Amino acid sequence: MTTLAPARTAAAKSPRSSTGAVSAHEKPSYLSTGILILGALYCLFPVIWVVAAASKDGNELFSTFTLAPSTHLWDNIAALTEYRDGLFWRWMANTALYAGVGAVMSTWVSALSGYVLAKFDFPGKSGIFKVLLMGVLVPGVILAIPQYLMLAQAGLTNTYWSVLLPQIISPYGIYLARIYAAASVPGDVIEAARTEGAKELYIFNRIAAPMMLPGLVTIFLFQFVAIWNNFMLPYIMLGDDHLFPITVGLNGLLNQGASAPALYTLVLAGALLSIVPLVIMFLLLQRYWRVDLAAGAVKA
Amino acid sequence: MAMTATKPGPAADTAAGTPRRAKNFKSRVLIPYAMLAPGIILFLVFMAAPIVYTLVLSFQKKKVSGLGLGKGSQSQVFAGFENYVNALTDPEFLGSVLRVLLYGLILIPLMLGFALLFALLLDSRRTRAGSFSRTAIFLPYAVPAVISSLLWGFLYLPGVSPFHFLARQFGVALPSLLDPNLVTFAICNIALWGGVGFNMIVMYTSLKAVPSEIYEAAKLDGCSEIQTALRIKIPIIAPSLVMTALFSMIATLQVFAEPTTLRPLANSLSTSWSPLMLVYRDAFTRNDVYSAAATSIVIAAATFIISFLFLRVVQKRAFGQEN
Repeated sequence: MTTLAPARTAAAKSPRSSTGAVSAHEKPSYLSTGILILGALYCLFPVIWVVAAASKDGNELFSTFTLAPSTHLWDNIAALTEYRDGLFWRWMANTALYAGVGAVMSTWVSALSGYVLAKFDFPGKSGIFKVLLMGVLVPGVILAIPQYLMLAQAGLTNTYWSVLLPQIISPYGIYLARIYAAASVPGDVIEAARTEGAKELYIFNRIAAPMMLPGLVTIFLFQFVAIWNNFMLPYIMLGDDHLFPITVGLNGLLNQGASAPALYTLVLAGALLSIVPLVIMFLLLQRYWRVDLAAGAVKA
Repeated sequence: MAMTATKPGPAADTAAGTPRRAKNFKSRVLIPYAMLAPGIILFLVFMAAPIVYTLVLSFQKKKVSGLGLGKGSQSQVFAGFENYVNALTDPEFLGSVLRVLLYGLILIPLMLGFALLFALLLDSRRTRAGSFSRTAIFLPYAVPAVISSLLWGFLYLPGVSPFHFLARQFGVALPSLLDPNLVTFAICNIALWGGVGFNMIVMYTSLKAVPSEIYEAAKLDGCSEIQTALRIKIPIIAPSLVMTALFSMIATLQVFAEPTTLRPLANSLSTSWSPLMLVYRDAFTRNDVYSAAATSIVIAAATFIISFLFLRVVQKRAFGQEN
């Protein structure tokens, strides 16, 4: 009550005394707008460049001004499609499988674990949560080699499973899900469902998960990008290039290009095609990117 | 507390004692653990077990008996700290650590500095074209490190680069960023390009969470926008700054995809440019998983030590200011 009073009087006073000041402050600043636009151009530049570069044939790539587009985009895409019977599109499909299916499974496991850690009271809860939090800091480096050796013993290396399974567990995803569950699922609702005899898993899948949905989209996006971005794991696990995701595939193509520059046009067309789907997904889901890394840290 | 106190309590409890306890055990222990099982099992199999396995491997070495041919001629023996001593005295490893330290010292201040600048500018009411800039600066986060290294790699290649093309028109010969002396900057730029937008969004999100009355009050007190930014906004989002710095440091120590992708274009990059590339080479090119395990434990330990030291220092400073 006492804290509210001064704020209210300030708010009551402010419209009259500061209208002039506010409009003066809201005058557009060319300097700050200019700096931001420079930053935006820096970030867009390689993308604009690859659109131009992917439209050139092998000679033009090394001879014409690099930002001038040419007319061979379609030829390059056709050549890329022909390369080893459409291997490139196989890589794209593999990437969609690894990142899409992997992120869905990861989101579900994170959501369920985060929900339990936020809404249940059970012995060992804080211990489990602390161990998980330490998992956030574990660098992937100490995991990759033993994961390879363990999966090799199980005969799973060089399969889809070897890339999918290790990336389902995401301590950071669980940490986020716990925050979302605590904030968006009221305890009364769970209690009400329980008194009506609903099973716990049903309550989670049908009642809690939909309430957490906006947060779950963020976890999904995080994990999607993390899997899509993870180069080392598939690079280690996979030997058969029919199982490669796009990153490992293009890296291999670039390596061959060092001795056969004709492949460079294919690499550039491939780079362009590979970023198109993700950029589209990004723009469509942009409003879910509200990343508050410190949200839990402040509350804890 | 209030709920349990108002219950009639003891009598009812003793009457229904045992079945209630059994039901309690089921709902208080079995159900939560059953629901946590997928997470716990995956954590144990794909995080805890690999860490233990790496530790075990790091204290072993391969013993070759006879000619080293055939199945029984090679065996694992206990090596004590031999692999660690070798790792810590290996000039290649120390070289890779120094390169990555330099890389981090250049990258992290630049990346977080620009991210903070952009976030504050986006938050300023006087900035125009904010949503265009925000989207454009965040966009590189959607581009995997391999693809961005590939794009920048071609942009650095003197035969293809528009910068070199323009410089040639004016008769100037630019040095190639793929030269041995400059390649660290080349990799910094790739990581800066890929990371600045994500960190900007993190900081911008926490700026948006600050109630606007605080700014109104500051304005009434005659704070300029720059003063507001320095004295109010930056201290308020300090937790976000700490977290972004921490995550950036962890990522820096693990740099792998960028230099690996640049290698076909830049001869100056060795297979042991970063510690992680060294680990990869030892494990998979030289088939020495034992040294690789020891090196990765050293990297992980360094990551933990740096993280904890950093958090300690930051906490102390924040605490000191409050007093």
